[in-house]
Amino acid sequence: MSKLKIEDLTLIFGKEKEEALSLLKQGKTKAEILKETGCTVAVKNASFDIEQGEFFVIMGLSGSGKSSLLRCLNRLIEPTSGNVILNQRNITSLGDKELQEVRRKEMAMVFQNFGLLPHRTVLENVAFGLELQDIPQKEREEKAKTVIDLVSLNGYENQHTGELSGGMQQRVGLARALANDPEILLMDEAFSALDPLIRTQMQDELIELQEKMHRTIVFITHDLDEAIRLGDRIAIMKDGEVIQIGTPEDILTNPATDYVSSFVEKVDRKSIITAASLMFEKPTVAILRKDGVEGSLRKMRSSGLTSLPAVSVDKHFLGFVYLKDILELKAKGEHTIEKAIIKDIPVAYPETTVEQMLPFIAENGRAVPIVDIETNKLIGIVAQTSLLIETTGASWENVTGNTIDNLQKEII
Amino acid sequence: MIHIGTYIEQFINWLTLHFGALFQVIKVVVESVVNAVEWTLMFPPFYVVIALIAFLAWKRTGWGLMLFTLLGLTLIWGMGYWAQTMATLALILSAAFIALLMGIPLGIWAAKTPMAGKLIRPVLDLMQTMPAFVYLIPAVLFFGLGKVPGAFATVIFAMPPAVRLTTLGISQVPKDIVEATRSFGATPRQLLFKVELPLALPTILAGVNQTIMMALSMVVISAMIAAGGLGEVVLKGITQLKIGLGFEGGIAVVILAVILDRITQSFGPVKKINA
Repeated sequence: MSKLKIEDLTLIFGKEKEEALSLLKQGKTKAEILKETGCTVAVKNASFDIEQGEFFVIMGLSGSGKSSLLRCLNRLIEPTSGNVILNQRNITSLGDKELQEVRRKEMAMVFQNFGLLPHRTVLENVAFGLELQDIPQKEREEKAKTVIDLVSLNGYENQHTGELSGGMQQRVGLARALANDPEILLMDEAFSALDPLIRTQMQDELIELQEKMHRTIVFITHDLDEAIRLGDRIAIMKDGEVIQIGTPEDILTNPATDYVSSFVEKVDRKSIITAASLMFEKPTVAILRKDGVEGSLRKMRSSGLTSLPAVSVDKHFLGFVYLKDILELKAKGEHTIEKAIIKDIPVAYPETTVEQMLPFIAENGRAVPIVDIETNKLIGIVAQTSLLIETTGASWENVTGNTIDNLQKEII
Repeated sequence: MIHIGTYIEQFINWLTLHFGALFQVIKVVVESVVNAVEWTLMFPPFYVVIALIAFLAWKRTGWGLMLFTLLGLTLIWGMGYWAQTMATLALILSAAFIALLMGIPLGIWAAKTPMAGKLIRPVLDLMQTMPAFVYLIPAVLFFGLGKVPGAFATVIFAMPPAVRLTTLGISQVPKDIVEATRSFGATPRQLLFKVELPLALPTILAGVNQTIMMALSMVVISAMIAAGGLGEVVLKGITQLKIGLGFEGGIAVVILAVILDRITQSFGPVKKINA
């Protein structure tokens, strides 16, 4: 069951909204609607589900409708049609009083330009949401102080917010939102106004905080790097439409459109792409006590490889065997390959990133074995060429021929 | 010929005829307010009042204005216009108070409702640009001669800056702060009192200053309908061609103006920067 469900949400700005909406349903484009009615379609039929505890990022350039979409979630802007459903409750049909309650208790927002009250101190700003709920001063200040600790603002309680740096001001903004103990945190370009260094620091702190809090976060950004760093899932928006939703890795490995790929090209992939998406599953293996010397040789011959990962009958990874060692055993008249297995080979796991696998490139031209972290069973292998392609940024299309076959032969 | 004047005259007569009772009530209320303020200013000995105003000047701005206040007010007393000055001050304070009482809510309304803003603006333009003397005529018709029609004309003349600057102040509150406040579930009332008014305060106070200064200029003019005070001194100077008398009254007005202006200005934006 999803925490927050957005159903067919459409937002149109202009005077003849109804007219524009019906044109949109007839399948007219944004440009046609603008020409006929003078209305701008800011968000077009957005639908997605956000799970409890998920860090959901909506990424798009300015004018893509991402900020307008976010404001529809708590109805700072009224959506023209569609539903926003929070915990099975339709937010879009609530009256003023109920909507106020939702904003006070269930959704809190952090803004790009902070939106702090300059005539109040940090403590009063953090307690502001609670003040609006008419919570007594002592109680709300206590609560505010615990949140101030959480975002490391201790010692700044009595300063006016105008005296603080951007990073500090946004901590106040974040603390103010957290003080309400909301189920959903809406963050609108929260770090975009900050210096790059401070931004990275705030991102790290938010990730750390999220590991403790497990809130549901909807985060808006125009920066794909930020989206990838923070998001469990990312929705990419262009011209008011959601064009792709997926995990950071989905987006990087399978961009849905050329538009998405043009973004993805600029991203530093090393720290995002994991072994799971690079590996060849079901590689050719030499099975101890099943494939003897002869069996292993036959497999090497038919696959054209000079080394094979060796596994036990129940697929536990044991090491690698090399052609020359097997031939030696054959000359000695041995039948099992046990003595040829080179053990203590470093392994990687499906979650291991390309960056972490870089040291493997030096490993004797051998593929990287990927094993299950708990059972130590071999799941697949990553060819060295794949690692090189990821680190140098060359794209798959540049590798000609039957890629997988070539790679496997070339490397193993 | 288009006889607009005739229609306005008919309208004013109609008002006087049908709302006479209402005007009578207003007259009694305003008169008692003005008299109460005047009595408060005249009851203590003059040196106590001078000391109090000088103290306020020192507290708000510093030594310079305090010295000016002491010398200026003593000079007025020395010229023998103490009673007239206090009468003028009482009329200014009462009229400005009424103007603010009506002007600030009107300004809030104009800022909140675009339609109201559109309606109020031309009326304000009219109120400000109409020659000030013109207000004196209906004022006399409604309230007769004396302080009350003076206060009435002054309220009309002095109200526009209070309305305008309140509207300006509230519409200048940054949009992101208003949005953030709404996003935390603020009611329109909470938004106004906890965010918009405090942030608009410096601008509203600038409006208060202007209202008081405009009230001062109008109060002097309303001596023509027997509102009394320093205006009467100046008027006597004009009608009897007594240059000395005219200038004495004029100097007293200037002294009062400088003191009022500096003190009310000290509540405005300047103080914010120091804080």
